[in-house]
Amino acid sequence: MELTGAQILLESLGREGVDVIFGFPGGAVIDIYHQIPNYPNLKHVLVRHEQGAIHMADGYARATGKVGVCLVTSGPGATNTVTGIATAYMDSIPVVIITGQVPTPLIGNDAFQEVDIVGITRPCTKHNYLVKDINTLAKTIKEAFFLAQSGRPGPVLVDLPKDVQQQLCTFNYPKKVSLRGYNPHYDPNVKQVRKVAELLCKAKHPVIYAGGGVISSSASKDLTRLAQTYSIPVTATLMGLGCFPGDDPLWLGMLGMHGTFAANHSISNADLILAVGARFDDRVTGKLSEFASKATMVHIDIDPTSIQKNVRVDVPIVADCRLFMEALNKEMADVSQLEDACVPRDKWLAQITEWKTKHPVKYKPAVKGGPIKPQSVVESIYKLTKGDCIISTEVGQNQMWAAQFFNYKKPRTLLTSGGLGTMGFGFPAAIGAQAAYPDKLVIDVAGDGSIQMCIQELATAVCYNLPVKIVILNNGFLGMVRQWQELFYDRNYCSTCLDVAPDFVKLAEAYGAAGFRVTEAKDLDATLKKAFATPKACIVDVIVDPEENVYPMVPAGKSITEMILV
Amino acid sequence: MRHILSVLVENEPGVLSRVSGLFSGRGFNIETLNVAPTLEDGVSIMTITTTGEEQIIEQIIKQLRKLVTVIKVVDLTEVKNVEREMMLLKVAAEEGKRAEILRIVDVFRCKVVDVGFDELTIEVTGTQDKLIALINLMQRFGIKEVARAGAVAMRRSMQ
Repeated sequence: MELTGAQILLESLGREGVDVIFGFPGGAVIDIYHQIPNYPNLKHVLVRHEQGAIHMADGYARATGKVGVCLVTSGPGATNTVTGIATAYMDSIPVVIITGQVPTPLIGNDAFQEVDIVGITRPCTKHNYLVKDINTLAKTIKEAFFLAQSGRPGPVLVDLPKDVQQQLCTFNYPKKVSLRGYNPHYDPNVKQVRKVAELLCKAKHPVIYAGGGVISSSASKDLTRLAQTYSIPVTATLMGLGCFPGDDPLWLGMLGMHGTFAANHSISNADLILAVGARFDDRVTGKLSEFASKATMVHIDIDPTSIQKNVRVDVPIVADCRLFMEALNKEMADVSQLEDACVPRDKWLAQITEWKTKHPVKYKPAVKGGPIKPQSVVESIYKLTKGDCIISTEVGQNQMWAAQFFNYKKPRTLLTSGGLGTMGFGFPAAIGAQAAYPDKLVIDVAGDGSIQMCIQELATAVCYNLPVKIVILNNGFLGMVRQWQELFYDRNYCSTCLDVAPDFVKLAEAYGAAGFRVTEAKDLDATLKKAFATPKACIVDVIVDPEENVYPMVPAGKSITEMILV
Repeated sequence: MRHILSVLVENEPGVLSRVSGLFSGRGFNIETLNVAPTLEDGVSIMTITTTGEEQIIEQIIKQLRKLVTVIKVVDLTEVKNVEREMMLLKVAAEEGKRAEILRIVDVFRCKVVDVGFDELTIEVTGTQDKLIALINLMQRFGIKEVARAGAVAMRRSMQ
C-alpha cells in the first residue's frame, strides 16, 4: 500500500520505538500534524516555543538513554531549535530533529518561512539530511536514528519539504543501515587493555577521571566494580556525575574549575590517570601544561578526535567505554593474580582522605536571621529526597551548586548543559524527563535569570500534567557573571543585576501551576516538602543571599591546584 | 609542515560545504582544494593541501574521517607520491618580448593555449615549485591573470 510522506515519517518513528515527540506546528509540517491523530501510540507534546521542544527531547534522551524526537516547522521554527541542537551536540545526546521545509520547487527562492536549516546546523549536528525524494525517506529516518545513537551519540536533523510529505510511495522500512563512511569502532584493542591493566596494578597514585561517555555507554556498573575492587579513587566531570556513587569513600567529587580540593589535587599528584569517556575540556583542565603533569595518561573514548586533541596521551584507546571496562575488569582479575602485582594503595587513599576531610566543599553558614544560603537549598533537596530524584539545572551558579552539594548515585539523574552552557535548558529538559518518567520526582534547580529564558513552558507542564518542580535560587543577579565581575572585573556589576523580576509565585499561579516562596531558612524544608508532594508543576522561589559565590574556584587559565577556597 | 590529503567522499549536495566548514569552523587552514568525480558512480575525490603541526594534521584527518559522507582519507605525505598542479597564466607579451617568453615556455615544457595582440595564455603543469618558479620568471613581463587548479596527487606504485 502506498503512504504519504507524512505517514511514512510517522510509521518510521513507530518502528524506532518512539513513544513521544515534542513539537510545534506550522505551515510546512501541517501534513504531518494532520496524520498525528491516526497514530495513537505516539504522544505529541505541544510546546510553547521550539527551543522548549528541542530541550525536552534532549532531557528525555538524557534521562532514558533513548533517542529524543522533536518536530518543528520550517524557517523560524527550525532556527529556534538551533541553540538546543548545539546543546545536544556538545554533550553528545541522541536527538532526531524533524523540520518542515518549503516545497522543493521553492527551495532557494527565499520563499515564506524558508531557511537553509541544513546549512545552518551543519556544524552542530552529527549529520543532517534534506529529503528531496520520497523514495529515500524511510531509509533516511532509519539512518538518522542509527547515527543519533551509535558511536558517539549526537543530534541528527532531517529536513522534510512539504511536497515530499504529500507525495505517495510504498512503505518499506529498511532492516539494516549501510553507510560506507561511518564505522564506529567499539571493541578495545586487547593488547592495549592488557597494558592498562599492568599500568594500573603498578600505579601508586591512580585516579579514574570519568566523563559523560561513561553514562552514555552504560559503563557505570563496570567502572564502579573496577574502582571498588582495586581501590582506585574516582573523579568525574560535570557530565559524568552519577556514573559513580557519590557516597562511596573512593568518590573524590567533581574536578575542574569548581571541582573539589581532593579531586584537583589527586589529579595533580596522580601517577596514572584513566580518562574514560571524557574530553579534557578547558573547564576541567585549567592550565593545560600543568594538568596531571606527573601522570601516565590513559584515554578511552569512542571518538578518535577526542584523543590527543588537548593533552598528550600515553595509551590511547578508541573503544566503547563499557566494552573497555568489561575487558579491563577481566584483564585485571588475571594480572592482579600475579605475584606482587598490585602495589598497595593505603598511603594514597590516606592522603586523599586527609584532603577530603581538610577541604570538603563548604560555604559560610548563614548568620542567624540572615539570608538563606543557596547551597543549603540544594542540601535540603538532597536530604528530603535522599537523592532519589532526577535533577536538572539551568546554567551558572545554580548549576555548580547543584553539582557540588548533591551526591548523585546513579547515572542519568543529573541533566545539565555541560558543554554549551545553555541557560534555559533545565526546565524544558526536566519536562522531557518527566514525560518519560511520570511518577518520578523531577526537580529543576534554577536561577532567577535562567528560568526566565524558557519560562513559557510552564503552560506545557500544566497542560500535560507533568509535575516538574522548579526551585529558583533567587539572588536577583545573573550570579555567575556577577561573581566574575566581583573577582576579576573590579566589582563592575554591569548588566548583571536583575532589578525587575516577575513575582514567580504569581507567575506560576497565572499559568495554573503552584507557587511557593521561601524567605527564611526555618521555612525551607517544610515548603520544599510541600512542593514535592504537590501533584502538579510548582515553582519554589527561594530568596537567597544575593552575593554568595561558588567556591572552590580556579581562575580561568590557572592550574587546577591554584584554587580560591572559602 | 605541508600535507597532501586525498579524501574520498560521497558525491552528494553539501559535501564540499561539510568539508570546508570543518576547516573554517575549527580554524584549520586550506591551501588548495580540488574536487572531481572518480570512475565510481556517486564518489568524488578531494585533494586538499594544508599546513600545520603534526597534532593539528592528526586532528584534521580524524575530523575528516568523522564526517559521515567521507569514505576514506589518505595522507599522501606519508608515502612516496606524485603531485601535480595545473595553471593558466595570462602574461603581457608585447613585440620584442614575445620571443623570450616563448623560450621560457619551451624550457618549462608549457603550452601556449591562446594568443592575443599583446598577450599570451600559457598552460603549465607541474609541482608547486615549478609553478611558482614560472610565476617568478613571468612577473617581469607583467602577469595579467592567473588561474590555478589546486594540487592533485597519487601514491606512487613503487614505494
